[in-house]
Amino acid sequence: MIHEASSLAVLVFLVFAGSVVGISFYLGARARSASGYFAAGGGIHWAVNGVAFAGDYLSAASFLGICGMIAFYGYDGFLYSIGYLAGWIVALFIIAEPLKRLGRYTFADALDNKFNSRGIKLAAAVSTLVVSCFYLIPQMVGAGALIQPLLGFPHYVGVFLVGGIVTLIVMTAGMVSTTWVQFIKGTMLVVLCSIITVFILMRGVNTNPAATSAKAGEVARRGVEAASVLGASGQSVLPADGGWTGTPYVRVRDEGTGVVAVWRRDADGRLSETQTLTVLPGGAKLANGRPQGRGEGQGDLRPVGYASKLPGGVEKTGPLGPIGFLKTMQESEVILWGSDKIAGADGSVTTIYYQQPTPGSDFMTPGSSPTFRKVRSTRPVDKLDFLSLMLALFCGTASLPHILIRYYTVKDQVSARKSTVVGIAAIGFFYVLTLFLGLGAMTGGTLDVTDSNMSAPLLARSFNELLFAMISAIAFTTVLGTVSGLIMAASGAVAHDLMTNVLKIRLDEFQKVRAAKFAALGVGVVAMALGIAFARMNVNFLVGWAFNIAASANLPSLVMLLFWRRTTKQGITASILVGMLSSLGWILASAQAFKDVYGLDPASALVPFSQPAIVTIPLGFVVLVVVSLLTKRGAPRSAQA
Amino acid sequence: MAGFDVKAPVAKEQEDAAVVAHNTRMGVLLLAVYVVFYGGFMALSAFWPAAMGKTPTGGANVAVLYGFGLIVLALFLALVYMRVCRKSGRKGAA
Repeated sequence: MIHEASSLAVLVFLVFAGSVVGISFYLGARARSASGYFAAGGGIHWAVNGVAFAGDYLSAASFLGICGMIAFYGYDGFLYSIGYLAGWIVALFIIAEPLKRLGRYTFADALDNKFNSRGIKLAAAVSTLVVSCFYLIPQMVGAGALIQPLLGFPHYVGVFLVGGIVTLIVMTAGMVSTTWVQFIKGTMLVVLCSIITVFILMRGVNTNPAATSAKAGEVARRGVEAASVLGASGQSVLPADGGWTGTPYVRVRDEGTGVVAVWRRDADGRLSETQTLTVLPGGAKLANGRPQGRGEGQGDLRPVGYASKLPGGVEKTGPLGPIGFLKTMQESEVILWGSDKIAGADGSVTTIYYQQPTPGSDFMTPGSSPTFRKVRSTRPVDKLDFLSLMLALFCGTASLPHILIRYYTVKDQVSARKSTVVGIAAIGFFYVLTLFLGLGAMTGGTLDVTDSNMSAPLLARSFNELLFAMISAIAFTTVLGTVSGLIMAASGAVAHDLMTNVLKIRLDEFQKVRAAKFAALGVGVVAMALGIAFARMNVNFLVGWAFNIAASANLPSLVMLLFWRRTTKQGITASILVGMLSSLGWILASAQAFKDVYGLDPASALVPFSQPAIVTIPLGFVVLVVVSLLTKRGAPRSAQA
Repeated sequence: MAGFDVKAPVAKEQEDAAVVAHNTRMGVLLLAVYVVFYGGFMALSAFWPAAMGKTPTGGANVAVLYGFGLIVLALFLALVYMRVCRKSGRKGAA
């Protein structure tokens, strides 16, 4: 869809971005030392740090990806919310205090606290860089997705804009400004999403959002008698040649305008309206049969999202309470949209978006999305993908480098504990809201069938332009907050772990900070390139991969260091490297990568499921134990380091 | 920006082995409690997805109630952990 640029949204965005950069410069003057740059001098208040945890963690994936997945498929998106939140329990109960006790700037410090091993520092630094880069991809993709409706610029402009601003923020003041950016963003995100949720409940659910919102699309036709379309005067049916052969689609050309409409033949023989996006051999695009655009004779895809049946046969419910809203959705039927891709005989490729009337009893339970469809399979092996992802989300949070370094910004272990609890409260509350936001977007009439990531901002637009402007600006700062944390973690890994501790380059405080700033610039450039390369993938799915790698590479060594006295430095190094490489290799050999990254047939994937954690996390533990036993020397070390 | 001073000296924490051991034990115990509930959610979703659609209270279904329950349980256990944890002494700090 082509989204209208909003001058109000641009204005609000500029105010937000300007404020964030201004704060960054102001705070930059106050943190000159390495401690100030990497860990904010350990002087952040626990409550501020707790909200900053939320700002750091509630990334583009949480906000855009989860809301989009719920809006398109229902409850399955909420599974991510549950997994992401549950991971904080591992962080609080197992990791928070020991990490604060053992480390200084980076999580490699904690791992290497007793061993002073270059191997551990190198492995941990490389792992930090790999995980940070994988986590950066969805953030940058989300930035690009946001810029299109906000400013009307192409995807890559959004990537460059966010990449540039974030790199500037990190280079100016490091962890100090990063913390405050995340604090402001975390607070505003939770407050604004609460307001939108109230609006959703006040609006209730209806079968024709276009009646109450100018931004909502018209209801698409269903159950149309075939004869009234195929036999109408001035209409001709095109032959089912090329890829159209054997499909349920019928192409009808209007002889007057030459516009081709595509209908889908349903099981009862009647027709339902579809939407189409055709890419012609020369690259030009047709939307619903017309050249895509807003000008004379041009056309575009229509916004969608509404209930087709409500309990009691009513057309709208009116205001609902939270439980009443969920109950109504369970008992309603909603028009969701599936898609097919067909290659025509003339070399064109048409993506068809077709209506799927879906009962709430289906989309409000696990297994309604392509990602988790296999949980409804009767074969136990089909469940592994789901179980593996839920395991990765549970174990991944406590292994994310940009989350771990936030424990060094508070003064002591008690503060680390308190800030985690504040983080859990803020993040948990937000994740409860995601279910309402996603379901509100599903029935708000403003969804873009081509892009699930835009569901939350477009939901805000269904209420009013100011809300859209604010939520878009906050989504931007969401990306800014998370990306700045990731670049911070990566720059620390380069300057502190690799240059100072592995390569033994002698750097004074000033030089170390300067090296980190150059590293931040380099990582920022890499992040922008990756954000453009992976533009078409769902951001939530990409984050799932980052969690898999983080959990596989880092968690076994963190846990065993704390709880197994016989752990050796060789065991830790081997565990990190094997966990990281095996999970990365598995992902690159998975059906999802074949389909979305290489454009190959997913059936030819080299591994049986896409989420590796259920294999690679245990593998990391086994490698650590085996290598530690093989390399054990001298007296056992203390379990508490 | 009260309470924020990047140049403030960071007090050195005393290592109290008994306190560390106690807090670690409590953390593992509470984690085990949460793992039971989280594991139950995973098992129910994966092997009995139809059960997630039932509405025991006549309102939201099991999938929604269990999901919200896991989020609330996380916060509850976090507060319990805060309550049962002991605090190490700190040199030069109040």
